[in-house]
Amino acid sequence: MRADLEIISDWIRPRSRILDLGCGDGTLLAHLRGQRECSGYGLEIDEDNVTRCVEAGLSVVQSDLDEGLAKFFPSATACFDYAVMTQTLQAIREPQKLIDEMLTIAREGIVTFPNMAYWKNRIQLGVMGRMPVTRSLPNHWYNTPNIHLCTVGDFERLCDDLDIEILQRTVVDAHHRTTVLGSAFPNVFGEVALYRLQRKQ
Amino acid sequence: MPETIPEDSVGLVEPQRLRFEEPLELASGRTLPEYELVFETYGELNADASNAVLVCHALSGDQHAAGWNSMEDRKPGWWNNLIGPGKAVDTNRFFVVCPNNLGGCKGSTGPTSTNPETGKPYGPDFPIVTVGDWVRSQERLMRRLGIARWAAVIGGSLGGMQVMQWAIDFPDSLHSAAVIAAAPRLTAQNIGFNEVARQAILSDPEFHEGRYHEHGVVPRRGLMLARMLGHITYLSDDAMRAKFGRELREGRIHFGFDVEFQVESYLRYQGKSFVDRFDANTYLLMTKALDYFDPAGDYGDDLAEAMRRARARFLVVSFTSDWRFSPARSEEIVRALLAAGRDVSYARVEAHHGHDAFLFPIPYYVNVFRGFMNRIPLEG
Repeated sequence: MRADLEIISDWIRPRSRILDLGCGDGTLLAHLRGQRECSGYGLEIDEDNVTRCVEAGLSVVQSDLDEGLAKFFPSATACFDYAVMTQTLQAIREPQKLIDEMLTIAREGIVTFPNMAYWKNRIQLGVMGRMPVTRSLPNHWYNTPNIHLCTVGDFERLCDDLDIEILQRTVVDAHHRTTVLGSAFPNVFGEVALYRLQRKQ
Repeated sequence: MPETIPEDSVGLVEPQRLRFEEPLELASGRTLPEYELVFETYGELNADASNAVLVCHALSGDQHAAGWNSMEDRKPGWWNNLIGPGKAVDTNRFFVVCPNNLGGCKGSTGPTSTNPETGKPYGPDFPIVTVGDWVRSQERLMRRLGIARWAAVIGGSLGGMQVMQWAIDFPDSLHSAAVIAAAPRLTAQNIGFNEVARQAILSDPEFHEGRYHEHGVVPRRGLMLARMLGHITYLSDDAMRAKFGRELREGRIHFGFDVEFQVESYLRYQGKSFVDRFDANTYLLMTKALDYFDPAGDYGDDLAEAMRRARARFLVVSFTSDWRFSPARSEEIVRALLAAGRDVSYARVEAHHGHDAFLFPIPYYVNVFRGFMNRIPLEG
């Protein structure tokens, strides 16, 4: 399993109720079900992924995250322990709204995204003058699904603006390993950022 | 007509019949003193009877869901695309049961059957049956077949409504539930279409208040019109455009009211052939069962409350071009199941066929359906 999913699953308490936004082929949900006795639902837009989730015996609802969570959970408050969204935030039309919805529907949110301020991205953009193409940002500007790229610094400012408390943060490299430099200077040496959040009490 | 039976088919099948002598009390307050159900089965029931699947049919469907009844049949059963060896509903694995609903006209007790009290066909005296009545009659069939619990109850359209009713009324009698191209209840528009169809039949001079058989006639024009109207609502605008466009039968217009456009010819053909295989009183009953279906009604108009009773795992499927029971209607069902915390998966299938899409082997639909069925654990 992807190492970032490994880290996330360590963050999640056993027997939790999970909503996985953009659950892909259901790897994380299946892992959490098997290793941590968690239950819950995946939301996924791609039909091949929906099929794989169903084949794996997971509960998956085909839906477009840009339509928000209220379409399928109109009056749900804190009915999940965690709302998880891995590597999807940057492709969402209104990320700040979705994060807010996540923290309404679940007690805690877990979000991961590629850090635009990673030093290799800075070099490609700042020195070479090109939009970065890296392992964690593999697409060119013209065919990328990413429309809202942000940095570790940007994200934390948004959390502050939305009265969201950061419970845990880890940054990793493209192989999803934590590094000493990344821990010291996450906005420069973190290629992918992982956050555990809750609304300020 | 098949020259040879395809390998992925259940082959030649014969309907079976069971008689039920225990009276069935109906939602209307009336009672059916006794009745018969005609059904087909495909595959083999396993030793502990844990692999039985109930297929519920839609408005104009019947017990003939798969295979052929004779080598002379023009077409196989209505869900042949989905049921068979190796298909989504795999008859190598499952024992599939498909009954004709009460009030039907394909062998189960209905308006064309003899009323034991009068010795004449029931005709219009056959009581109006509801989806809940059907489900109770099917539950008796289940027990008579020696099945304690269905591995799955599955169906499309009005069939999907029966699946929901099953899950709510007999929560412990099914493991899985596939609700396809259905709706939690009809809208005013849906009921409106049904009412026009009924009026077409009721106002046919040959209807004779439902006693047309006693007069040796059938309300052909009315039933034909009802079917033509229904058929338009089963297809999408795109599907009709693709199939017929504005194509003229003879290449030019005649400034008259005979068939000129291909679509007119098609609808008339559909309507006429329907008259030969369907009974007008049954059509009236089936549309009423649709109109009355409202499982939330018994639970304070809260579908989620109704679904809290259910224990089955659900698959809900909708089709993008279905405007009779649009994806938004299936999503109401999904919302209720989510609010009730039920195990549910939902697929919104891109399809141009309209409501009829649930009959077609659309790859995504077939794969997700197969994936869902394959997860049902069977014991022996």
